[in-house]
Amino acid sequence: MKYRDLVIVGGGPAGMAAALAARAAGVEDILLLERDQHLGGILNQCIHPGFGLHHFKAELTGPEYADRFARLVMETPGIEVSLRSFVIKFTKDRDISYLRPGAMEEIRARAVILATGCRERTREMIQIPGERPAGVYPAGLAQKMVNMEGWIPGKEAVIVGSGDIGLIMARRMALEGVKVKGVIEIQKTSRGLVRNVVQCLEDFSIPLYFQHRILKIHGAARVEKVEVVRVDDKFTDIPGSVFEIACDTVLVSVGLIPENELLEMAGAEIDRATNTPVAPAVNLTSIPGVFACGNACKVYDLADWVTRDSELAGKMAAQYLKTR
Amino acid sequence: MIYDVVIVGAGITGAAIARELSRYKLAVLLLEKEAEPAFGVSKSNSGIIHAGTQNPPASVKAWLCVEGNRLMREEIAADLGLNFVQCGQLIAVFDLGDLPELEKIKKEGEALGIKGLEIVDRAWLDEREPNLGPEVQAALYVPSAGIISPYRFVYALVENAVKNGVELKTSQKVSAIRRGADGVFELETGGEKHNSRFLVNAAGLFADEISAMAGAPTFKITPRKGEEYLLDKKREHIANHIIFPLPTKTSKGILIIKTSDGNPMIGPTALDVEDKTDLSTTESGLAEVLSGARRMMPSISKSDIIAYFAGLRPVSGKDFIIRHEDSVPGLINAAGIQSPGLTSAPAIAVMVAGLLARHGLPLEPKAEFHRLRPRPAHLFQVPLEETCRLVAKNPAYGDIVCRCELVSSQEIYEAIKRGATTLDGIKFRTRAQAGRCHGGFCTTRIIKIMQEELGFPVTAVTKRGPGSELIKDERK
Repeated sequence: MKYRDLVIVGGGPAGMAAALAARAAGVEDILLLERDQHLGGILNQCIHPGFGLHHFKAELTGPEYADRFARLVMETPGIEVSLRSFVIKFTKDRDISYLRPGAMEEIRARAVILATGCRERTREMIQIPGERPAGVYPAGLAQKMVNMEGWIPGKEAVIVGSGDIGLIMARRMALEGVKVKGVIEIQKTSRGLVRNVVQCLEDFSIPLYFQHRILKIHGAARVEKVEVVRVDDKFTDIPGSVFEIACDTVLVSVGLIPENELLEMAGAEIDRATNTPVAPAVNLTSIPGVFACGNACKVYDLADWVTRDSELAGKMAAQYLKTR
Repeated sequence: MIYDVVIVGAGITGAAIARELSRYKLAVLLLEKEAEPAFGVSKSNSGIIHAGTQNPPASVKAWLCVEGNRLMREEIAADLGLNFVQCGQLIAVFDLGDLPELEKIKKEGEALGIKGLEIVDRAWLDEREPNLGPEVQAALYVPSAGIISPYRFVYALVENAVKNGVELKTSQKVSAIRRGADGVFELETGGEKHNSRFLVNAAGLFADEISAMAGAPTFKITPRKGEEYLLDKKREHIANHIIFPLPTKTSKGILIIKTSDGNPMIGPTALDVEDKTDLSTTESGLAEVLSGARRMMPSISKSDIIAYFAGLRPVSGKDFIIRHEDSVPGLINAAGIQSPGLTSAPAIAVMVAGLLARHGLPLEPKAEFHRLRPRPAHLFQVPLEETCRLVAKNPAYGDIVCRCELVSSQEIYEAIKRGATTLDGIKFRTRAQAGRCHGGFCTTRIIKIMQEELGFPVTAVTKRGPGSELIKDERK
């Protein structure tokens, strides 16, 4: 069994900030595990501006913001980065088994920071009825397709949910020539930032239907249309208000869920409603020496705040290592 | 060329018949209208290997089910490398006044030769199923029932049949059947023609249409819809058996089903519908399934659901139709194969081979029949030591593509090598995209692997065949 002082799982903004802060606070042996082939996490697909206004006092795109951290991480002695590395086992004694192409590694860490981010809630989690054709995508997956791969998923889209990813993808799709026929929001207001409602929908004349929900998705092979209904303040369907929108694509942007399956595997306490660690303060978990930061800890609206709190997690881990 | 036998339909029934016939010196063609085998009725099967209880006692399906269960336990699971788990089944009652009903099911089962049936009380249940709700009073324990992955069962049969010389052709929808002067069946599929001395109809929902095309409009298939809801793998141990309520006249009720992949499943509903393509789920279906499942296990929550689907059972009366149509010599129908069709399939296959022999097809065993199919390796099914060994042997096992279900790139390559050409085909074979994120993280990577391995442009990659393309255009 190999021992490491600090193992950080996840090389997105949270993991990178935590690694740099822990190093600055005196931790000399840090292993940063990232499952993808590059650092940066989800920031790499967020090519829109709006990052870094607080942390760098400059407006950057997601990849630019990530790159500033990634360079520092790669240049800092004492931080070892292992890419394409996927943790498959994690215990309360901080034993970690991870796979990478060609090897399975088993190590024991003196402290661990989980910076595993979050996943999107899916169509299945809000149980939209109807058929199951191609063309229904989580908005973040569509963002990855368009921005990372250059693939345009459809020609006419309807977006479910007015969270930030949905709003940003409405604009992104419109810019690629996709006809965005509307954003459907069950609440009375958007959960997204006001600037995104203005810049992503209003500037592109994309209708936003508040207090509406998708009743059914139609299409045998590929999406053909959706049925939409207006709801009252108690989310009850209003009779006679059903209408249809023809489209070949439905993007679902109905919230994010922290990815804490590793923490759960280790037996830590998890809030079943939010999937976040149950702990007395931010970045802590119910297992001593195991910290969680960034979107794994709670869902943030700005990457800048992820950086700020994850730096704190790095310091907390350093402090923990000093005192034990 | 003239085939000895053409089988229409590569679902579980057609696949099992193809594999059975591949034991003999015959030229066999297996036709499927979808892009891949198992994409029709079979893909929405619950995956239960029934013991043979809950069938009409004098029915054909009752003894085929018992025999199919035996074949699975004693031969097929081992021969074909299937992950069959004999977890046993419970038929629960909410009212002790229903005990005579359980006694009746037990007696009927015993008459069919089902072993080990036992009526168990609440104390027995508390020890083995701690999550059962307070309403459950007693149950019939059926130890020989088990679970299997329905699509991997079909793929294993088809792969083994093909290895033994059966020809498989997909995306071949039969549009006309004629009879030549010499009695040869001439099947038209799109632009192609296939000739055969015998015709086996295993066309599932469309078996009535195929039989009519061949000249025997002797039955009608009515679709009976069933909606099923899959729970997160985190709830894997919520139940230790497949749990049924006492059956009703039209269905076996809303069940809690262990699945061989770990995710518990709840359902199915049973609703007769008109449309043979109506695979939509409904809000009322979800409500019915949740309330039925919660009556047996109240801790099941709506937020546990990670996926859902609807399937159509091909219903024609109460029993299976497995017969030679004397009005059309050479036509064997294997139709109306609803539950317990998955369990019965290997026994149906033996019965169909017998019918073919009786009507003039000589069955001469091949000198070399490859009975065994090596089990494909799936990381989610093996212990860490085995994972270690696999990664050391092949680095691509250490390259994780699907994080929710732990699927490596090597498993995706393997699925493609074994015939997957669509995203659903890869999902059914490997479980990649079947977990809680629903492909949010892995879909692009899988599409890229498919492009490389199959040489498709990205706009030709489909979910389940032509029309279900995922990407409409590439950015210039």
